[in-house]
Amino acid sequence: MSQSIKEVQEEIIEEFGILDGDMEMTNFYVMELGQKLPEFNEENKTEENIVKGCQSKVWLTAELNGDRINYQADSNTAITKGLVSLLVRIFSGQKADDIIESELFFPQKIGMERFIGTQRSNGFGAMIKQMKLYALAYKSKIEL
Amino acid sequence: MADVSNINGINVEAIRTQFPVLDQMVNGKPLAYFDNAATNQKPTSVIKALEQYYEGYNANIHRGIHTLAEKATKAFEDTRTTLGKFINAAEPEEIIFTKGTTESINLVAATFGRKFISNGDEIIISGLEHHSNIVPWQLVAEENGAKIRVIDVLDNGTLDIRQFKSLLSSKTKLVAVNHASNSLGTINPIDEIIALAHEVGAKVLIDGAQATAHLDIDVQALDCDFYALSAHKCYGPTGTGALYGKRELLEAMPPYQGGGEMIKDVSFEKTTYNDIPYKFEAGTPNIGDVIAFKSALDFITEVGKSNIAAHENDLLQYAREKALQIPGLRIIGDSDNKLSVLSFIVEGIHPFDIGQMLDASGIAVRTGHHCTQPLMERFKIEGTVRASFAVYNTKVEIDRMIESLHRIVKFLK
Ligand SMILES: Cc1ncc(COP(=O)(O)O)c(C=O)c1O
Repeated sequence: MSQSIKEVQEEIIEEFGILDGDMEMTNFYVMELGQKLPEFNEENKTEENIVKGCQSKVWLTAELNGDRINYQADSNTAITKGLVSLLVRIFSGQKADDIIESELFFPQKIGMERFIGTQRSNGFGAMIKQMKLYALAYKSKIEL
Repeated sequence: MADVSNINGINVEAIRTQFPVLDQMVNGKPLAYFDNAATNQKPTSVIKALEQYYEGYNANIHRGIHTLAEKATKAFEDTRTTLGKFINAAEPEEIIFTKGTTESINLVAATFGRKFISNGDEIIISGLEHHSNIVPWQLVAEENGAKIRVIDVLDNGTLDIRQFKSLLSSKTKLVAVNHASNSLGTINPIDEIIALAHEVGAKVLIDGAQATAHLDIDVQALDCDFYALSAHKCYGPTGTGALYGKRELLEAMPPYQGGGEMIKDVSFEKTTYNDIPYKFEAGTPNIGDVIAFKSALDFITEVGKSNIAAHENDLLQYAREKALQIPGLRIIGDSDNKLSVLSFIVEGIHPFDIGQMLDASGIAVRTGHHCTQPLMERFKIEGTVRASFAVYNTKVEIDRMIESLHRIVKFLK
């Protein structure tokens, strides 16, 4: 196992490449990815777990598994759920330091802003930030 | 396209050529623009009018004596006259240019509201209102202790007139309702509402943002006291609109903003105000857009409002029938008397996803609460998908939307 953050991103870019920029297909594909996310614990759909700055509701939680972090996410809209699933796939199972220091180049490469618009782009940024904040929190916990 | 030509006295193909923006691909598909209730597109005549003004006679109005200033002033005042006729105001001076509906309502709230509404008085609005016709009244109420009462909305999206009657009393100073709802399309019985309000001595403000381009408006026959509208929802430019007010009311109201143009004489001891409409038009107005607004009104008049209404209604009925065949689709606001607005939800699918998917197919709709959060709460929904049609839309475009909706529903259910 254990692909690096960079490798997972490259894999995603390749997958989206097959869709050849067809917006409808891309959206369907994104929603399909969202449907494959593991079920989110309903009890965790609390106000605290909502990512602030997203237009749709996005819930995000994280847990530590050894020195690796696992993320869980859900959203009330299918497309956003698909988008957050990409981040979950990239960051889950990675080390806190790698997450914090990672550079995400895949959104630009798959033309993210073209199919989510600026408002959702902002929300996407908020999700990334929240995931990095979790990593930061766990990092200080590990180091204690 | 046999279905679009010369139906209801209009030639949609010919009309479409007057709207350059329609001729483009969005996400690889031809644009179908169904967000007309938010703002509709502009015909070439409007775009040309703007160009001609800035290229030919840009000047500040009312003050200069040079030729360009004269020309600009005349064109500006021509729009006032044309708009006055368009809504059948008794005289052009009853038309005040503003930034649009929102500013028109705020103007009345800040002037009429401050002077004629006080502690213990009541303002009646409806559950169908846009935030623009809610918040200005809340500000008045907060300041002077007046109370806001709300007309209930029935399940089909119409107003509960019986309950409205029970709200009316000698305490009612103002009734502020929309002519037609932006979220649902419901056309309200404003003639009845105005007459009932007048019986208790209340004044009536009509928010005509949605209605102006679609319905015949005769402010004298309606006997409304104020009528607010936006140019950009009438095929005109953004950034301008108007407030109609009855002369005696406008004269009795204090000015809105202080500045140039709105004064007769200024001294540090005492300033006397200009006559209406200038009393309410402080500062350099949005000259170019006001001038171009006339071309938009001319466009509507030339095509014919009743022709436009018939075509739009045809589109609505067509879309409604097809939409109802989509599994799980529910129309929100299904009054018999509606503008061409199709607001709907699909069970189990978030409106955002539908809007996003339609956009992927080049189809522009609006999703969300449409600035009517209390109304969404009334229906216990977060928002709707809203397709609103204009003179240039076609059944072929509607077919594309319906096909796309079928694909989405099939995928997500
Ligand atoms: C019913 C209604 N009222 C008021 C407004 C506000 O108009 P504007 O933003 O042009 O001032 C709108 C615009 O969406 C509207 O639909």
